[in-house]
Amino acid sequence: MSATVVTVSSGKGGVGKTTTTANLAVALASNGQKVVCIDGDIGLRNLDVVMGLENRIVYDLVDVVEGRCRLRQAMIRDKRVPELYLIPAAQTRDKSAVSPSDMVRLCDELRPDFDWIIIDSPAGIERGFRNALAPADTVLVVTNPEVSAVRDADRIIGLVEAEEKGPARLILNRLNPVLVRRGEMLTPQDVLELLAIELIGIVPEDDHVVMSTNRGQPIVLDAKSRAGQAFQNIARRLRGEKVPFMDLEEKDGFFNRLSRMLRAGGN
Amino acid sequence: MVNEKRVLVQIKGVRDGLLVTLGEGEWGELQTALLAHIQERASFFQGARLALDVGNHILHAAEMGNLRDQLSEMGISLWAVLSNSPTTEQTAQILGLATRMFTPRPERTIKPASAAHADGEPALLVRRTLRSGMRVTFQGNVIVLGDVNPGAEIIASGSVLVWGRLRGVVHAGAEGDEKAVVGALDLHPMQLRIASVASVTPERRGKAQPEIARIEDGLVVADPWDTKEGGR
Repeated sequence: MSATVVTVSSGKGGVGKTTTTANLAVALASNGQKVVCIDGDIGLRNLDVVMGLENRIVYDLVDVVEGRCRLRQAMIRDKRVPELYLIPAAQTRDKSAVSPSDMVRLCDELRPDFDWIIIDSPAGIERGFRNALAPADTVLVVTNPEVSAVRDADRIIGLVEAEEKGPARLILNRLNPVLVRRGEMLTPQDVLELLAIELIGIVPEDDHVVMSTNRGQPIVLDAKSRAGQAFQNIARRLRGEKVPFMDLEEKDGFFNRLSRMLRAGGN
Repeated sequence: MVNEKRVLVQIKGVRDGLLVTLGEGEWGELQTALLAHIQERASFFQGARLALDVGNHILHAAEMGNLRDQLSEMGISLWAVLSNSPTTEQTAQILGLATRMFTPRPERTIKPASAAHADGEPALLVRRTLRSGMRVTFQGNVIVLGDVNPGAEIIASGSVLVWGRLRGVVHAGAEGDEKAVVGALDLHPMQLRIASVASVTPERRGKAQPEIARIEDGLVVADPWDTKEGGR
């Protein structure tokens, strides 16, 4: 077994990197994959909070890198699904405590035992982002249908290209179909036209995400949620399955047309 | 004489060892300059890990292998060759050398990858989309095969042509050439400057069409591309 290292990145903060990381990890693990996620946001950790594992942290990423504990000791097992682990970030240090080559070494050590290593990148393009990017086999860029988020995503895509990490794939998060229809939000086409990378999923705006995040209960565990379903689909696409883009709105068939167009062009 | 060598060979300490940047010139001459430079300071270089930035030089396996062997005889390990030329990068990969250091440099000024000559002026052909944060500066004309996204910048002493959407900032005739033009299949820059005249693109009405912008009576004016006119 050799894991694929997926780095979830965005440039801008608050677009849903951590939520995406947690949900993809849970979705993959609930389908029988062995998954470990790493919180790359040293100093401002919160993947543990979103996953509801905060109270079980003893050792963290920096402890592993600095040799105060063995790798296994820092891995917190998520008991809700069969094989899911979290390596939390340190809260009392900063990004410079870890170097890109530390991350590469760490991932190489984890690779044989897992199917997926998912790294939650911090916002920004500095050291923390470099750390998260260094071991990546593939990069998912999360953005919102907002001009500033798309601008930052564009920058990140450029940086990923420069690192020769292969083409990044895009997750368009928090799309509001009602606003799009009224012409008050960027459409998926607008975003794709600018960024010109492959779309791996559109996650609709969903109030349940905030509620589930606050409870530390990833939304994919909620079978009725549309956002949860979208994350499940992204996880399946990551595994190479062809999953049709879901209808975010059945009425006017707009997303039907879009998904048909994407399927025709993308595959 | 020492000064001359400095221009050809620049050495900088980086996290992963030493980074040597070679200037323009004949490859044979550069290699000699580099080796001479190293021999002068043999004790400093002893055991060093070296990354070599060869800029636009096109190197084939024989030349690169030869250099690596010569360096290794001096106790220096060459681990990376950085280059703007895909051929050179391929050669490096064949020899098992890295082609990137950890720090990517998309902000760098993209140097001429292939210089064509039009009207006796050099032109830089950029075969990629320029994303936010990327910047191209060039002494001459710039041609982009791809888009120029918002947040990207092109600064040219000559004209700028974009075979794609132009949404970033562009400055043509940056050294005062008021005859410079800016053309694009979809001309919608964040800001357009020609020589010392700046303008902001008005909201577009209707469909995008190829346009050329130039200075007319002290103002930047964009007209639909007309082949009969020949762009003059």
